[in-house]
Amino acid sequence: MEGRKIVDLVVPSEIVARGLREIFTDSADFEVGESFRDLSKAVESRLRILDPDVVIVDPSVLDFRSRKDGRTRLADICDSIVIALAVSGVTEDVLRQYDGSISIYDTGEEVLRKVRSSVDSRSLEPSQNEGGELSAREKEILVCVAKGMLNKEIADKLNLSIYTVITHRKNITRKTGIKTVAGLTVYALLNGLIDMSSIQ
Amino acid sequence: MKEVFTPEMKLSDMLDMNYSLVQVISRMGIELKNAGLKVVDACAFAGIDPGTFILISNVYSFPGYTPSSSEVASVRIQDVIRYLHGSHTYYLGIALRNLEASFDCLVEPCDEKQKKVILKFFEDYKKELEKHFEREEKEVFPYVKSLLGGNRPEGYSISDFEEQHEDVDEKMEDMKNIVMKYLPAVCDENMKLWVLLSIYRLRDDLRRHTFVEDNILVTIVKNLEGDGR
Repeated sequence: MEGRKIVDLVVPSEIVARGLREIFTDSADFEVGESFRDLSKAVESRLRILDPDVVIVDPSVLDFRSRKDGRTRLADICDSIVIALAVSGVTEDVLRQYDGSISIYDTGEEVLRKVRSSVDSRSLEPSQNEGGELSAREKEILVCVAKGMLNKEIADKLNLSIYTVITHRKNITRKTGIKTVAGLTVYALLNGLIDMSSIQ
Repeated sequence: MKEVFTPEMKLSDMLDMNYSLVQVISRMGIELKNAGLKVVDACAFAGIDPGTFILISNVYSFPGYTPSSSEVASVRIQDVIRYLHGSHTYYLGIALRNLEASFDCLVEPCDEKQKKVILKFFEDYKKELEKHFEREEKEVFPYVKSLLGGNRPEGYSISDFEEQHEDVDEKMEDMKNIVMKYLPAVCDENMKLWVLLSIYRLRDDLRRHTFVEDNILVTIVKNLEGDGR
């Protein structure tokens, strides 16, 4: 059993939750840890502790207006890969915010393939060169941060999901060792990425 | 580890074991000329409780040390405040001023723009820390004193004051990393080392100070608040 990735579920339907558990139990590389019916405060703090490898969430646990921000909300809680369960009423632009999506009409094999591919693409994504040079994209985002822009504004300007912006910011901090906006501004200026006149 | 310091040992022996305790001694109002006395006697001269002095010395000397709840309960709160207040005076009056002066020297060879941005970062950090201390001096300590006097002021609770430390600590870490890794090549290497050591010292000192606030002061005050209900 060791080495299996843990998948936690946030899915209101018991039928779906049980089905997913069955599918992952049959796989060699995943198993379902805990299964929640909603995303209450208690569940949030539980997820924070569990910090599973993957979370599968049915976006309908979030009310309609906050659905788009659901991914961000989870990013604040844990570092997991978050996969949306596409059910009716969940639109494309919502699904795009997530690291992947599965449909309740997928076969077991398709579900596993999709989850695996999300896991694989994530493991390529973090900066392998810790303490190394920032990528062009990271520099671009750093400049926005130094100018005082919020994550949402950066996402809109660069046409990225807010979650992607957060991931980049995490990587910038990991590479530079600098966490605060004030510190990042100094870094950007000392490295000639921005000019004094572009900050207020 | 915590049995290392006892009320019967000489103060100067404590200092030999950990010389950074000179800070605690001075902040609690013990004069250096009494360092030849036993802890219990030196404390009597200064009018402080030896148990509280030893507890704070333990926190100051052993980073992993967490006092038991009975140890915390036996502390004399006025002496804890005395230490915290003495620390504030030291940070504002000496540590930050010295650090600022060293920073000025350090960035002296940089071009104007660089100088400005680095000094502004330092200045903002300093202001934030000052604000933080001021809040404690003007709100928290008077609140605790009135609790001790038996009155519980309305609309205020010690929990309002918890979890305020993270931000200043993060800025301090950033400052350390900037000095260590990102300063322009024109900056003098020896000056960098000097500033870096000052930053590390202040950081460790502030962390112990925070520990005393969060784990000793807040805990006792919560008990006091509970009694008053």
